[in-house]
Amino acid sequence: MSAQPLKFVAPEDFHQRARAALNDPQLRASFRGAMDFLQTKRSTQFPDTSELEQLRDLGEAIRQHALANLPQLLEQLEEQLTAAGVHVHWAETGEQANQIILSIAQKHKARSVIKGKSMASEEIELNHYLGEHGVDCIESDMGEYIVQMAGEKPSHIVMPAIHKTRQDIGTLFEQHIPGTAYSDDVDTLIQTGRRALRTAFAEADIGLSGVNFAAADTGTLWLVENEGNGRLSTTVPPVHIAIMGMEKVVAKLEHIVPLASLLTRSATGQPITTYFNLISGPRRAGELDGPQEMHLVLIDNGRTQAYADEQLRSTLQCIRCGACMNHCPVYGRIGGHAYGTTYPGPIGKIISPHLLGLEATADLATASSLCGACGEVCPVRIPIPSLLVRLRTEANRNPAEQVAHPLKGQGAKFSRGDRLVWRFWSGAFSQPKAYAMFRWAATRMRALTPKEQLGWTQHRVPLQPAPRSLADLLNDRQQPE
Amino acid sequence: MMNARERMLGRLRAAAPQPTPQNIAVLDHRIAGHYAGERPSAAARVDALEAALRVSRAEVWRATSAQWPEQLAHRLAVHGARRLLLDTASAEGAALTSVLPDDVKATPFGQPLEEWKRELFDSVDAGFTVARSGIAATGTLILAPDASTPRTVSLVPPLHVALVYADTLHATLYDAAQAECWGDGMPTNLVLASGPSKTSDIQQTLAFGAHGPRWMWVIIVTEEEQP
Repeated sequence: MSAQPLKFVAPEDFHQRARAALNDPQLRASFRGAMDFLQTKRSTQFPDTSELEQLRDLGEAIRQHALANLPQLLEQLEEQLTAAGVHVHWAETGEQANQIILSIAQKHKARSVIKGKSMASEEIELNHYLGEHGVDCIESDMGEYIVQMAGEKPSHIVMPAIHKTRQDIGTLFEQHIPGTAYSDDVDTLIQTGRRALRTAFAEADIGLSGVNFAAADTGTLWLVENEGNGRLSTTVPPVHIAIMGMEKVVAKLEHIVPLASLLTRSATGQPITTYFNLISGPRRAGELDGPQEMHLVLIDNGRTQAYADEQLRSTLQCIRCGACMNHCPVYGRIGGHAYGTTYPGPIGKIISPHLLGLEATADLATASSLCGACGEVCPVRIPIPSLLVRLRTEANRNPAEQVAHPLKGQGAKFSRGDRLVWRFWSGAFSQPKAYAMFRWAATRMRALTPKEQLGWTQHRVPLQPAPRSLADLLNDRQQPE
Repeated sequence: MMNARERMLGRLRAAAPQPTPQNIAVLDHRIAGHYAGERPSAAARVDALEAALRVSRAEVWRATSAQWPEQLAHRLAVHGARRLLLDTASAEGAALTSVLPDDVKATPFGQPLEEWKRELFDSVDAGFTVARSGIAATGTLILAPDASTPRTVSLVPPLHVALVYADTLHATLYDAAQAECWGDGMPTNLVLASGPSKTSDIQQTLAFGAHGPRWMWVIIVTEEEQP
């Protein structure tokens, strides 16, 4: 397959990309259609509100229990998997995870890796890293396959190619898959993708997958999918590498039952996906297929920073269903690429600062009207709006200030000018005398109001104080204030 | 020198709240409570499984132990399947093999995958499995691949035929995990399959036969004679 070089984007250029996305009617139509579709699908899965609320309580409790016991659960998972013959690796950073995976590939002289869907591998830019070292990564999830072919990154964590039309994909396949005529018929396109990837599955040296949940008690990795590419990637190649954010383990296999139900119903509005693939080890003696060697790479990459703070720890409750983005008025208008982060939308806004630091991501938390839709649909009750407010506070905190759990990039948006304005504002509004003076000055000197008022005047006429204040007018009518 | 593992666990331990062991019993009890309630009758479970599988576009029919082999053999021939992968030594596999028409060839897995990977991918039309059990609520078959029916039988061929006995149906996934004592130990691979492979990755349009089987046939084996 001829993959194009990946176009990297920087989260810092968020404003510019958001503006471009807003001015792209085709992109807006793609996302509007997809959001409406996914919202409707989800709501039909939860006809009984009380069942939904109970299940959300349960999901929250299970995830919180798991996080409260995370170090012990990780050790237990490692012990169980090791006993089953799985090699467990620990990576503090994306770079370390990439090195671990590369060294496994080199040990096997691997040239190609077939990949099931893994957002963790996107997060660490694995394809790019392995590509630079001569190992070809082939995405096999249809959506991921399409965005890889286009040299892009996923614009949605569950539906990676949500921004593309079938015509876009028809053209892409015609250009990139030898012997393929243009078609915009979805069945034809999927069969083309299937045919093109068939050989890749049979010939890949390594299969790589993500992990949706892990159970510490049985040492089981629980993978959720519809296409079968995840099963093929974890079954057919001689080596399977699973990669997983370290927060995904829960205490018991049966704890995953309600979580899996919340995941599929919230994500795509399905009561269950076509496959739940429960893997508890490599091929055993006497078995005839399955990988002969299996690895699990546990990734920190900033997660322990979120974990350290009691409030921010709830970020790690996430089960990656994408319902928050499907219901977000901002995501629905600018799409996933504008964020410039692996995880877009509300979950991206609260997780990315830990992965990338606030310097690169401080604008994300402010790209929200705090409408609360994300928090209302979250299947594990992550209080996303209050986490956004907290991250705004951290971004504006004086970098020199000592706090118990400093975030990487604390004070990225700190400005002495801003600080001064707010101090003046709170001073003026908390003392009646000071406020009266401010009011007097503002109404008398209204002609001096600047005509350029930052973001406000981009689309609106400048604000100017009225010639007389409300208090003055009431005074004239001899009514008390 | 500390390694990555020690540093990661160290950071977690430094921040983790004091573990409270009684919590897990409370949590287990809450989960059990959520799934408590009356279970559908055996007949209703069969109906529910069938209906849910149909919604997922699986082809489903009921048959008695005596009926299904010939019915399936006939359908395979009509479908045009030439090579069928199955465990010919099992009771079900033997029953089916004995009635297959000449142009449908029965093939046991027989050798490790890597010795015939291309052949499996290119020349096998259908795979036959006997499900360990089923889940009525979601229309799901629980497959426990083993040495005689490995993982790829239900995965690589474009048609997957699964036999499930009506008396093995659980009401829910939770019931299945409890009744089958999943927590006591798992096989290397347990697969829950709820229909043929599908995707909605192109403009949310549902298409079947993404990477796994394009067709899934499910035979529910019942004791009552079917018309």
